[in-house]
Amino acid sequence: MSGHSTDVELVVDGLTIRFGGLTAVESMSFEVRTGEVLSLIGPNGAGKTSAFNAITGYIEPNGGTIAYRGIKLNRLKPNQIAERGVVRTFQKTSVFMGQSAVDNVLIGLHLISRQRPLAIMFGLPSVAREEKELAREALRILEFVGLKERSGLLASSLPYGELRLLEVAIALAAKPKLLLLDEPVSGMNPSETASFMKILGRIRALGVTVLLVEHDMKMVMGVSDRIVCLNQGRIIASGSPSEIQGNREVIRAYLGERYARAQD
Amino acid sequence: MKHSLTIVWLLFLASVPLWLSNLYILHVLIMTGIFIIAAMSLNLLLGYTGQLSLGHVAFFGIGAYTSSLATLGFAVHLLPDWQVSVDPKPVWFGMLLGTAVAGLCGWAIGRLSFKVRGAYFVIVTISFAEVIRLVALNWVELTQGPMALNNIPYLTLGIPGWFEISFLRKPANYYLVLGVAILSYIVIRRLVRSRAGRAMIGLRENESLAASVGVGVTRYLVLATVVSAAMAGAAGTLYAHYIRIVDPDVFLFIYTVTMVIMVVTGGKGTLAGPVVGGVIFGLLPEALRAFEIGPEIQWVIYGILMVLVVYFLPEGIVPAMRNWWQGRRQAPVADTAPDSATTEAAR
Repeated sequence: MSGHSTDVELVVDGLTIRFGGLTAVESMSFEVRTGEVLSLIGPNGAGKTSAFNAITGYIEPNGGTIAYRGIKLNRLKPNQIAERGVVRTFQKTSVFMGQSAVDNVLIGLHLISRQRPLAIMFGLPSVAREEKELAREALRILEFVGLKERSGLLASSLPYGELRLLEVAIALAAKPKLLLLDEPVSGMNPSETASFMKILGRIRALGVTVLLVEHDMKMVMGVSDRIVCLNQGRIIASGSPSEIQGNREVIRAYLGERYARAQD
Repeated sequence: MKHSLTIVWLLFLASVPLWLSNLYILHVLIMTGIFIIAAMSLNLLLGYTGQLSLGHVAFFGIGAYTSSLATLGFAVHLLPDWQVSVDPKPVWFGMLLGTAVAGLCGWAIGRLSFKVRGAYFVIVTISFAEVIRLVALNWVELTQGPMALNNIPYLTLGIPGWFEISFLRKPANYYLVLGVAILSYIVIRRLVRSRAGRAMIGLRENESLAASVGVGVTRYLVLATVVSAAMAGAAGTLYAHYIRIVDPDVFLFIYTVTMVIMVVTGGKGTLAGPVVGGVIFGLLPEALRAFEIGPEIQWVIYGILMVLVVYFLPEGIVPAMRNWWQGRRQAPVADTAPDSATTEAAR
């Protein structure tokens, strides 16, 4: 597999995560190829979010390595990982509630901005120039996810579906090369999910690689190039959506032993 | 409209010494101004990063003591047979040094305590202030302890023999404090409306999300602490060269509490908040003296007013005024054409 290192974006090798006596993830290995949408699926507690947290530096794994384009991410802080182009969203709706939609995205533009503290305090003209550019860029990103009309509204006043879009807008502002989406459509209604799938298509068209954790199987089957299925911290299957749909282990994990036997 | 209002307001402030003949009131204004600068600096930490420094007076006192010692000169035994002596330096240099040393202490405190945040930061800052107070009280050779540093020189600016402005008298000090306050206000405004300020607000509202888009947590908390500490230190140097006597009581906890009251009642996380809160709660004790009531009643009234403000305007005075003003302006428009008005605004 490592022979294809030029088009491999992320390599997770032997990842193990324990919380006290509980093993959340056990020697998990998979890779994300440049430009694809890879989905991690599995029942609740399978270790999907733990894997996400380890990749983005929010928890330290007990074993294994995570490498992004050949650079080891282990022991880097979340912000250092973001600097390398790996940006995530959160399972629980996570925005800056007290700020307007456009200010949310402006905070997300942190890595794009080049202002230094002294330049800011001395009020150099370059800072004012950049501020104007950033404001335009923030509106462009809001337009991209379809929230331009909401730019001036407080995040706390937005409906749930739009908050989830705002989260994606904040992540996109950091100009990710690899975007990790943690259950982006959970709690959305079918039409919101459908429009989110369109946005995901446009994110792909930008050349962003996507690693997706999602329970909505319609969405997963519709957008993924490959799927990795976890159960109780281990990878039980991986392959294309059609391969996963017919996989006996996957059916067993989701629906139980009896259902799997009934299929035969 | 907003610009002209600012200019009128500044002209009014600048004109005060011209028509105010009561020097005592001018003194109260100067002291209030010094505390407003300290409160603004606290607001950068408390209001924008959400970290409460309950030892903020330490930076104020460090600025005051550093500047006083540098301008008075001192000789101190660091080891029994190793004496360090420093000749008196010019006052402007002492004030810059005081500001810088306070900022440096802010850096150290920030680096040490932002590994842990919230309550731990509060405890570290309280302890820091108390330790510094004990040092000031007991290192008599350096600080004169409770005998206080006195005869601190006043600031003079200009070229000797050609022209000189001396900041001995109250009107001159009023303008000095006003100038530093305006400068501090501008620096804070620039910071909070920039990448750095947005990073601080992001950390306050949702630290893990801010980190996920690349905000360095420690970096921006430390930046806020350094700027805040340096500004409080600058206020301390103004105090030292205006009052011209500094004793360990500058580290009293009540001064930190006064700053916190100013920030919280005015509206933390707003630019005007500490100014409004500072004017009200800085001048209130003096205003209450005008009435023929006992001092204990004055402080009871002070306390009651404070509780009322916090109870009825928990966000602070400035945000409450802003909401009220926006509600008033939008109400008539919304009555006539609610839909078109909001979509117009959004575009």
